[in-house]
Amino acid sequence: MVGIVIVSHSQKLAEGVVEISKMMAAQAPIAAAGGLEDGSLGTSYEKICAAVEEVYSADGVIILMDMGSAVMTTEMVLEDLDKPLVKMIDCPLVEGAVLAAVESAGGQTLQEISERMEESRTTRKF
Amino acid sequence: MDTKKILARIAAIAKKIEAEKDFLTQLDNEIGDGDHGINLSRGFKSVEEKLPTFADKDIGAILKGVGTQLVSTVGGASGPLYGTAFMKAGNVCKGKFELTAEDFAAALEAAVNGIKMRGKAVEGEKTMLDALCPAYKALKDGIDGGKNLIDALADGVDAAAKGVEYTKTIIATKGRASYLKERSLGHQDPGATSSLYMLQTALEVLREA
Repeated sequence: MVGIVIVSHSQKLAEGVVEISKMMAAQAPIAAAGGLEDGSLGTSYEKICAAVEEVYSADGVIILMDMGSAVMTTEMVLEDLDKPLVKMIDCPLVEGAVLAAVESAGGQTLQEISERMEESRTTRKF
Repeated sequence: MDTKKILARIAAIAKKIEAEKDFLTQLDNEIGDGDHGINLSRGFKSVEEKLPTFADKDIGAILKGVGTQLVSTVGGASGPLYGTAFMKAGNVCKGKFELTAEDFAAALEAAVNGIKMRGKAVEGEKTMLDALCPAYKALKDGIDGGKNLIDALADGVDAAAKGVEYTKTIIATKGRASYLKERSLGHQDPGATSSLYMLQTALEVLREA
């Protein structure tokens, strides 16, 4: 199964997105990388590395981020990380994470999941 | 500029950021998420603690070490941005124990390009680039025109200060302030301000005999 990492400035938000995603796909490997080491707001290079390691497999890892430093810090982790098939996706955090979890649990490939998540960018709520 | 001056400059940046921490945070409270001073101060404090381990390294390794430390400790956008800047400048100074004026300009150019790449930003978006781009241009023009590093850098600092003033007159289109659109007008950009401090400290350290 493709691993999923949620990067957010807030530990609570990252954990909350993981929680919601698990509702529909309990077995999906999904990890939160939210906040700084001490739990305060911000994005942590180390937490992102650790989360990627946690859910990494030969199937790859998909990373979703909130904004700003979450995106830039993830970029730097990916540049330093010597692993294939780790991909950042630009999409709504909650909808994208739920979709990714469902697809990952369903055994879809990294490529297939990425394409579906890209679609979530234009899916309207109403 | 030799390794001793580089180390002194890094220590001076840490001191300046600490002194201006509340001001930077106040600027960021007005148009951002209010953490610029706090984040940078945390980052440079940890850099300061690492400084003794850089003592016998070349300038490239020192700057890279500073960048790496900032990336892992700042926690806000300025972490990857300044982190990338110091790392890219470090690449240009690899193996060097002394920087000529041209080397200094090349390092600043690499730093500025690193920030543009990381932030996917250009001048005029109310970011640190509005201080750094004009500063680099003034420094480079000065050196090409035959000025020494101190005089050229003084021009660069003046240009950066004007750049900080300029950020008050424009609407943010990058970073958190861009959420405020025209309400970001009239406020000076915290990132441009901290960039100005970093250039000022370089000049101060060079002026000390």
